[in-house]
Amino acid sequence: MTAEIVLQAFRFGFLILLWLFVFAAFRVVRADLFGGRAGRVASVPPRAAAAARKRGGRGPRHLVVTAGPLSGTRITLGEQAILIGRADDSTLVLTDDFASSRHARLTNRGGQWYVEDLGSTNGTYLDQQRVQGPLLVAPGQPIRIGQTVLELRS
Amino acid sequence: MAAPVNGPGTDPRAALAPGTAVPTRRGTELLLLGFAVLITLAAHLIIDITVTGSPGTEMVTFGVWFSVLWAVAHVVVRRFAPYADPLLLPCVAVLSGLGLSMIHRLDIAGEQVGGNGAASVDAPVQLVWATVGLVLFIAVLVIVRDHRALSRFAYTLALIGLVLLALPAVLPNSEINGAKLWIRFGGFSIQPGEFAKICLIVFFAAYLVDKRDVLALASRRVLRLELPRGRDLGPVLLAWVASILVLVFERDLGSSLLLFGIFVVMLYVATERASWLVIGLLLFAGGAFVAYQLFGHVRVRVDTWLDPFAYADTGGYQVVQSLFSLGTGGLFGAGLGGGRPDQVPVAKSDFIAAAIGEELGLFGLVAMIVIYLVLVERGLRTSLVVRDGFGKLLAAGLAFSLAWQVFVVLGGVTGLLPLTGLTTPFLAYGGSSLVANFGLVALLVRISDAARRPAGTAVATPPKLTDAPTEVVQP
Repeated sequence: MTAEIVLQAFRFGFLILLWLFVFAAFRVVRADLFGGRAGRVASVPPRAAAAARKRGGRGPRHLVVTAGPLSGTRITLGEQAILIGRADDSTLVLTDDFASSRHARLTNRGGQWYVEDLGSTNGTYLDQQRVQGPLLVAPGQPIRIGQTVLELRS
Repeated sequence: MAAPVNGPGTDPRAALAPGTAVPTRRGTELLLLGFAVLITLAAHLIIDITVTGSPGTEMVTFGVWFSVLWAVAHVVVRRFAPYADPLLLPCVAVLSGLGLSMIHRLDIAGEQVGGNGAASVDAPVQLVWATVGLVLFIAVLVIVRDHRALSRFAYTLALIGLVLLALPAVLPNSEINGAKLWIRFGGFSIQPGEFAKICLIVFFAAYLVDKRDVLALASRRVLRLELPRGRDLGPVLLAWVASILVLVFERDLGSSLLLFGIFVVMLYVATERASWLVIGLLLFAGGAFVAYQLFGHVRVRVDTWLDPFAYADTGGYQVVQSLFSLGTGGLFGAGLGGGRPDQVPVAKSDFIAAAIGEELGLFGLVAMIVIYLVLVERGLRTSLVVRDGFGKLLAAGLAFSLAWQVFVVLGGVTGLLPLTGLTTPFLAYGGSSLVANFGLVALLVRISDAARRPAGTAVATPPKLTDAPTEVVQP
């Protein structure tokens, strides 16, 4: 009789175990979707969350392509500069006839990002303004290069 | 808002500012891998206790081997692809672990029934294949440091893919169960089509990135659909002819469907034109209808699909047994080791999903499908996030091929689609499929590493010769 109980425990126990795995995977997916900002998700690494708090959560963390063929692409920002252009070794490789091979660069200075044009043929625009020297980019401000529109998000 | 700044290098400390470190999520991966190993060992233990009353002797060897396998995979990812997606590897681990446990369970069933020589111990063999797969996984991660390098070998890979695809058709002695898919030498046989699939996906990605503007822009509008020009239909017709040839000469509905489906969907992803899907469907429907009229083996498959019970003693036997198996399983299954999944023919390979459905029930089968779904979702997400067009298409193609294959196999097992000879990735018994799919996951891991790596820490690529400035050497 005990054997029967053990078998039933095995039967349902294993299914529960399997679904626990599925839910663990879902948690990771969720943490990934909402990024480091969703502080309530337990699986956010405490270090990143603490870092975000320390900086007051102001600094942009992602560069997002909002329009153009690469729309939806998200680049996680680090310390290094971001090269945008048609050249193969750019950080964001554009396939756009209106972009130059080395078109623009985003640089990080003290947690703030500046955009500069690298002598492109058709120019880089921040809001409606053509970028001449390095300009400070605020989160949400559109940067337009050919058909591609980018913005910083925190 | 905009404020001009001084020249570069005004604040050298800024470059060293801490706090923006992007998490690699390797810890999460290790945790989930541990969970996957735990599930596998639990499955093994439950099977042994339920069927034989005590844990088997090979349990320890299996446990250690399986754990070491994934520990090595984890260390390699940590070393060579530190920013890779943390979910890819655990999903594969849990699927292959479930598959190994199920094969082990069918081994035991075969031994108990015994007698007619049908009993063969396949689980250790499959474990060896998993190890070979891991070697390929490591090799791909070590050799391919930047997935963009693959696009340079696109046409070579296309040639290799086509040769692998065509090889079984020309070689003698390649027929197993009516499909000519195998190369046999010595004691074992391999299924080159599984490797051809990956080579061809890489080629499709590189080719479509080059040509997508032509395929997408030149079009005219008919009935709200952007129809391509006649001459741009060339590639899709070629893919269609190739898949029909596979169907005719290798008598394999599965590979044919798989390849054509992958090509059409990659075309759609590359051009964002839904008309390609319509054209692909129409071409496929036409081809399928003609094949049904002309070839006996296709007709058998379709007839047994439409009414399996009318052919229950002949061609429909497999499907009927599989449906009974799933029906016996019900919602919660018979429990691991509690059913009779060995009643289904080839339960270890083609019908492993039926075996899982019988022992784990609908809840177990759906959990398995959801794990596939997570795997595919991570692949597609990688495709969205990665920054170059080739990587996007490649990741989308690889992820879709997994999804499509699972759909076609499960459709066959549950009677939704005609039966095909495709294998359930990672689950089913079969060396070629397992090894090839490990290679596929290695490519996904590589691309996801590139996608999630913070900008600026990218691996350096050697400059292309064509980009180097021309120098005039004067004597």
